[in-house]
This record gives sequence, C-alpha cells and structure tokens, in this order.
Amino acid sequence: MDVDDRLTTALADDLDGAFEALVVGHEDRLYTIALRMLGDRGDAEEAAQDAFVRAYRALASYDGERIRELRLRGWLTTIVLNRCRSVAARKATRGPRPLPIDGDAARPIVEPEAPAASAPMEVAERHAERDRWAARLLALPVSYRTAVVLRHVDGLSYPEVAAALGRPEGTVKAQVHRGIALLRTMLEAERQHHFQEMTA
Amino acid sequence: MNRLPDITDLEATALAGLAVQAPATLRPSVLVDIGLADHYARIDSPLGPLVISWNGRGVSSVDQVRDDAEFEVRHLASTGRRAMPGTLPPRLATAITRRLDGDRRVRIALDLRGHSPFEQDVWRKALDIPRGEVRPYGWVAAEIGRPRAVRAVGTALGHNPVPLIVPCHRVIRTDGSIGQYSLGGPSNKRTILAAEGLDPDRMEDAGRRGERLVGCASTKIVCWPTCRTGRHMLERNRRPFRSLAEAGAAGYRPCKICRPVAAAVAA
Repeated sequence: MDVDDRLTTALADDLDGAFEALVVGHEDRLYTIALRMLGDRGDAEEAAQDAFVRAYRALASYDGERIRELRLRGWLTTIVLNRCRSVAARKATRGPRPLPIDGDAARPIVEPEAPAASAPMEVAERHAERDRWAARLLALPVSYRTAVVLRHVDGLSYPEVAAALGRPEGTVKAQVHRGIALLRTMLEAERQHHFQEMTA
Repeated sequence: MNRLPDITDLEATALAGLAVQAPATLRPSVLVDIGLADHYARIDSPLGPLVISWNGRGVSSVDQVRDDAEFEVRHLASTGRRAMPGTLPPRLATAITRRLDGDRRVRIALDLRGHSPFEQDVWRKALDIPRGEVRPYGWVAAEIGRPRAVRAVGTALGHNPVPLIVPCHRVIRTDGSIGQYSLGGPSNKRTILAAEGLDPDRMEDAGRRGERLVGCASTKIVCWPTCRTGRHMLERNRRPFRSLAEAGAAGYRPCKICRPVAAAVAA
C-alpha cells in the first residue's frame, strides 16, 4: 500500500481530518506543474490553490468507494492542468502578460550536487541555468510542454501521464520526445547564437 | 519511435531540477478557503479592538482577548480548527463596518457549523432587531415558534460565537433589565447599546416601574418601548402598559412591526 493508497483510505473515512495530509503530500507537485505551465508565481499559486479547493469539493461529493478507487496523483494533475488552462485563458483575454519571471524565491527541492560551501557565483549561475530551462519549457507548444512537465519535471510514469491527460500512451510518448527534440534544438540555437556573438 | 531522440541524463537532471517548493502561503490559503482552518485579524469596535476570525464559508467568531496566543487556543478549543493571522479581505472588512454601523441589509456569510439548529434560529432572529432597538428573550422565543424556550434562548444568545455581527446585545430581559452578555459581561452590553443610541439606565428604570410596552394615544397602537415607529410619538400621547392585556383592555392594538403579541403571551 503506497502513500496515496493510505491517503485515499483516510480521505474516504474522514475527509476533513485527512485533507491537510493530501495538501502536504501534493502541494509542491501541483505548484511546480502550475509554475512550469504558466511561468508566473502568482498565477501558479492561484491555479494550485484553486485545484485543491476543487479537489476538496469533488471529494465531498463522492462516496467512500469512489474516493478509495481514486488514483490521486493523476487525478490531482488533471485538476491542476484544468485550472492552469482557465488562468491562462483569463489572462489571454486581458491582453499580454508581463514577461514571466522565475528564479530566486522558487527554491528547488533537489539542489544539484553542490559542494558544502558553493561560491555565490556558482549558485547564481545555477539559478540562471534553471531560469533558462524554465524559459525554454515555456516556449514549447502547450501539448508538448504539458507532456514534458508531467514526465520529466513531475516524474510521472508514461501510463500516469496518459491517464492524467486522457490521451493514448503512444501519443504522450511522442509528445514528450518531440518536446525534448525541440528543447534540444533551442539549446543548439542558443549555443550557435552565443558562439556567433563571441566571434563577431 | 526510433527516429525520436532519447532524453540525455543532462536534460533529465535539468528538467527534474525545475521542481520547486510551494510557497508557504499556499497551504493556509487552501485550508482557510475550504473551511478547515481560519484566519483572524483585529477590528475596531465600540468595545475597543476585537479579534474576528473567518474562513471561506464565512465569519466564524468575534472575540475579546488579551493576546493572539490566547485567541488561537480558545478558537481551537471551541471550533476544533487552527486560527492563523491573516488580513481581512477588503470586501468583508467593509461589510463588517457597515453592519456595526447598523446596516442590516449588508450580507455577511457566517460559518456556524457545529451549532444546533435551535441556536442558529435564535441568532437569525436576533439579526431582525434593528440598531437602536431591543427585544426581550421571550419575543425571540415566540418568534421562532418556541414560546416556552425563553431560558434556552438566553443560553443560545450567550453562546453566540459572532457577537456584534449577530446583535445578541439587542436582546434583554423581559423585566427591562439589560441581562447578561457573552462578550466581556453586562457593562459591555450597556456600552454597545449606548453607542447605538439607547439609554440603558432609563430602560431599566422604566422596567422597574413595570413599563413593558408603550402605547400611542393618537394611533391606539402598542409597541415595545424601543420600536422605531414610536420614536416620533409626542410625550403627551405616550401611554406605558404593564402587559398586552392591559393595553388591549384600553383599546390598543399590537404594532405589526415590532409584534409584541406572542412574546407578551410567553412572558
């Protein structure tokens, strides 16, 4: 029985008593997905908060058996992606958004293997590198971005990604691979550009 | 699929490194939004600063405490929910200010989970009493269809978790004395009633003289002493009565606005 199975059992028995554990277990994931889909911290927090509130209301309307059968990771992922779509749509109707800013306050869960006392320059460079990857993700078409974020940022398995998106596994795999290929093309183009600037 | 490139370790590490921690504000916001925890903040009132708590379902308590820690402990004990410092949403702040100023039309959602339907009936009825007026416990009991439950009405008002917003201070004893008050005792009740334009001492004097109702000699209508319809009555038309029966015998009919009928029967 994994963590989520225990959680669904607890939620089925006592929704109000167990819901905080669901938030604790999934807040970093949902916020990360929202941030990497939307690129803006305020929007991401709004989407993640909305997703949890909707999840709670849905659970309150389900009977115990339905809650026990839920695959929480995928189910919550579907909800947060829906909220991301609404936040993005609402923003789109209000005209262009300010450029996405990411970095500083968004600390990584897994710091890359860092020496005990890493120099400030290295830390800054690592953050800058992360920002560049975040920006490349945001430049991907939404369907590729979604697939790459779920598979490689959130770490869902292909069957889980397929279930969360309601698409065939083969389609999802192709979208992840095409997304990666595009990221690689961008990286290559950036290097070319950098090289040209150096030699100009 | 062979045509498609596989992800390299470098790319996989870079993408996995994009995972971040949720901001510290996310979890409290979620829990408060769905009503599993509350926010609280201080507000000003005729009684000085008070603490008000709320969540996504509505306002859950109004309390007078020395410090935040005391409030958090009390709130947890009475509701089973954590209370965390927060900023009152502007719309709620405006609504509360207007309600405290006597505007009964402004709607304030209340979170009264865990309280009995009887208590909620009593509190809803107290909301019908306008600023600057009072009614006896027996009137509330009669109005909610429980004319014999006068004492239970008093108890329910004493348990009102949202004093001032639900104006339980506008309910007094049948004999005209001010009675108990949950938010810091009877002297606070006098302060609020005075702030709402009433004279608690005069009300109690009239009660001691046995004046329960006041009739108007020109209209032949009998009211509760603070009913707004009697506000412009000329002093020479003012007729105090000990009971509705006495007023009826003198040819007076009960006011349709303050409805002294049923309560007088109960009292």
